Amino acid sequence: MHFGPHLLLAALEGLVTSAVLALTALGLSLVFGVMRIVNVAHGEFFMLGAVLAWAISTAISGHPAIGFATALVIAPLLVGLVAFLAEWLVLRRLNYNPESTIVATIGMLYIIQQLALTFYGPEARPVEPPFSYRILLPWFGYSGYKLSVVAASAILLLITWLVLTRTKIGLIMRATQYDRETAQAFGIPVERVYAGVFAIGAMLAAIAAVLIVPISQAHYLMGQDPLLLSFIVVIIGGLGSLRGTVVAAVLIGLSDGIISMFFSPTLAKIIATLVVAMVLVFRPQGLFGTAPR
Amino acid sequence: MADKNGFFDLSKKSLSRRTALKGMAAGAGLALAPGFVRYSQAQSSAPIKIGFQSHRTGIGAAYGRWYEKTSAAAVKAINDAGGINGRKVELVIEDDGTDPARGAEVVNKFAKQHKTDIVFGTLFSHVVIGSAPAAGENKIPYFVVSEGHHVASTKLNRYVFQPGITDVKSQIQSMAPWIAANAGKKVTQIFPDFAFGYDHRDYLPPALKAQGANVIAQIAIPPTESSFTKYFPQIPAETEVIYHVMVGPAVLTFVKELGEFYGSQRPQLFGFMDSLEAVDINSPGLEFLDGSHFWEGSPRYAQPDDSAAQKAYRAAVGIDDNGAAVGDPKDISTASHMFGCWETLYVVKKAMEDAGYKGPEDRAKLVEATEALKEFAEGPEHPQGPKTFNGKIHQCFGIQNISKVEGGKLKVVHKTKIEDGLYEPEGDYTTQAL
Repeated sequence: MHFGPHLLLAALEGLVTSAVLALTALGLSLVFGVMRIVNVAHGEFFMLGAVLAWAISTAISGHPAIGFATALVIAPLLVGLVAFLAEWLVLRRLNYNPESTIVATIGMLYIIQQLALTFYGPEARPVEPPFSYRILLPWFGYSGYKLSVVAASAILLLITWLVLTRTKIGLIMRATQYDRETAQAFGIPVERVYAGVFAIGAMLAAIAAVLIVPISQAHYLMGQDPLLLSFIVVIIGGLGSLRGTVVAAVLIGLSDGIISMFFSPTLAKIIATLVVAMVLVFRPQGLFGTAPR
Repeated sequence: MADKNGFFDLSKKSLSRRTALKGMAAGAGLALAPGFVRYSQAQSSAPIKIGFQSHRTGIGAAYGRWYEKTSAAAVKAINDAGGINGRKVELVIEDDGTDPARGAEVVNKFAKQHKTDIVFGTLFSHVVIGSAPAAGENKIPYFVVSEGHHVASTKLNRYVFQPGITDVKSQIQSMAPWIAANAGKKVTQIFPDFAFGYDHRDYLPPALKAQGANVIAQIAIPPTESSFTKYFPQIPAETEVIYHVMVGPAVLTFVKELGEFYGSQRPQLFGFMDSLEAVDINSPGLEFLDGSHFWEGSPRYAQPDDSAAQKAYRAAVGIDDNGAAVGDPKDISTASHMFGCWETLYVVKKAMEDAGYKGPEDRAKLVEATEALKEFAEGPEHPQGPKTFNGKIHQCFGIQNISKVEGGKLKVVHKTKIEDGLYEPEGDYTTQAL
C-alpha cells in the first residue's frame, strides 16, 4: 500500500480511538476536576456499559438498530445508577478523602470486574452494529459504523461543553470545582453535585463503551486499556480541563494510530508514556490545566 | 458492630465443654494409632488428588471453563469405572489468572499445601513456561494440555509432559503440504506476539519451503491488542494466503476488521481454530469467513463419520452437534483443544496403573512409567484419534483436521496422518536426573 492511503487509514483508525478516548477521559477528568477524586474504577464503568449493551441488545429482537438504540439510552442510565449508589455507599462515607477514595475505587474495580465475570462470563461477546455499511475506498474498505462513532462522539462532546458552560447545572458544577467551601456557603448542595458528577462521569464512559462495543466485543477485562489511556490523556491535557482532555485525546489517538501503523504499537505506547513523564516534569498542571491556587 | 444476637459468641452455641473434650480425645486417639493403619488406610481409599491449574480468569478464561467441564466429565467417567488403582480421583482446582507468575505460585501451592499427586491442565504457553520450573523444583509431574512446542523442545524439565494434545511444530508440519497444494504459495502470517505465536513464526516458513511455498510477511500482534485494522496494510498485495492464528478476547474483532478491510476481494484464509475457540462461527461479521479453512484439533461440529467413541465423548462432556453446550446453543465450546484434557487424564490413569502408583513418594516412578508409554489406540479413552508418544521428548503425535467453513458450519475436508507430523527429537528428557 502506498504512503497516502496508508496514512489515511492510520488517521481514520486514530480518529476512532480518539473519539472513544475523549468521551471516556472526559468522564474521568470531570470527576477529578469537580470532586478531586482519582476514580480507578472508571474503566470498569466503561466495561459495565459494554456488557449491559450486549445484554440489552440481545434481549431485544428485531432490527439490530433498535436493540442498539435502546442500549445507547438504557445502559448508560444503569451505569449511572450504579455509580450513584457507589458514591452514596462508599465515597461519601469516606468524606472524599483523596487517599481513601483511591483505595476504595480500586476495591470497586475488582468488585465490578469479578461480578461481571460471575454473571456475564469470560467470553467476548459481539453486539451487532446498528448498520453495517462498508465504505469502499480505492485502496481499502472501511467500516461506515466506525466513522459514525467519531461523529457521535463529537456531538456528545459538544453537548457536554454546552451543558458545562451554558446551563445552570454546569455553572453549579464549575462553582463546586472552583471552590467547594464557598460554593457550599452560597447554598449549593455540594454532596448532591458530587453524586451527580460521579454518575455523569461513569455515564460518559458507558456511552463510549456502547459506541465501541459493535467494533470490539464486550469482555469483562476490557476496562483496563481505556483506564490507562484515560489517565494518560487526562494528565497530558490537564486534570479537570475539558478542552485539554479533548485535545490530548485527539493527540494520543492519532499518534497511536499513526505510530503503531508505521512503526510498532509498542513504540506508540512508549511514546505516550514518555510524553506523560515529560508533561509531569515540565508542566505538571497539564497542557491546558491551571496551576493550583 | 454489636453482636446483639450472639452470632459470633461461641459460648452460647451448643458446643459444650464435654463434647469438645470428647472430640479432642477421639482426634488424639486417631492420631496416636499405629502408623501403618493410617498409612494403609490412606492408600486404599484416599482419593488421588489432581491439581488442576485452571485459567478461570484472565485472557484464557473461556478456555479454562471448558477445560474444567471436560476434565470433570473425564474424572466422572474414570471414577464410575472404578477410579485409578481402585482409588477415586479428585480434582483440586486453582485459578492461575492466565498469568505465568501466578501459575508458578499455583504449582507451588499444589505441591506444598494441597499436596496433590500431580499438576494438570494448563493451556496458555506462557503460563506453562512460567510454571514448569516450579514443577521441576517440587519434583511434581506436570501434565499440560497446551499444544505449544515448548515441552517437545526439551527446554523445560523432566517433570513436564504433553501426552494429550499435539504440538504446534507437528501440526504445522503436517498441514503445510495441504496449504501449499490447495490454498496458495505466497503466505502472510499473522500471529500473537508471545511464545505460542513464535512457534508458528519459527516453524511455518521451513515447513512451507519444503513444499515449494513461501512466507512473504510475518506480522506479530500484541496479545492484548483490541483493534487490528492498523496492521492490515502490512499484508503484501501479492499475498495468496493469510495464515492467521490469534488468541484472546479480541479475535472476533480481528476477523471482522479483516472482512471490512478486504470485502469479497480477499486472499485465501487459513486459520488456526484458536482464533475462534468459544466463538460462534455464525456471529455477525463473520460471514466473511465463509469458504475459508481452519485447523481443528478435534472437530467442533459433529461429522458424518464420527466414531462411537467421539459420540460418547461429546455426550459425556455435554456438547451438541454444533459444539455448543447442551441446552445453551450460544455457549460455544473450545472443542479443538479441550479433548486434550480428557485424553491426558486417561494417560495419567494408564501411567499410574503401570507404575503401581501409591502416593507422592512414587512420583519418580510415575514419570518413568509415562516415559515408557508408546502409543494410545483410538477409542473411548482417546476419542480424537490414535496417537503415538515419544517418551524422550514427552510429547504425543496424532492426526490433524483441516475444516472448511460451509453454510455456517465447519466441515472436515482433510485429515492428516500421524507420520506427517513426526520430526527429529531435539533432545532427550530421560537423560535428566529425577
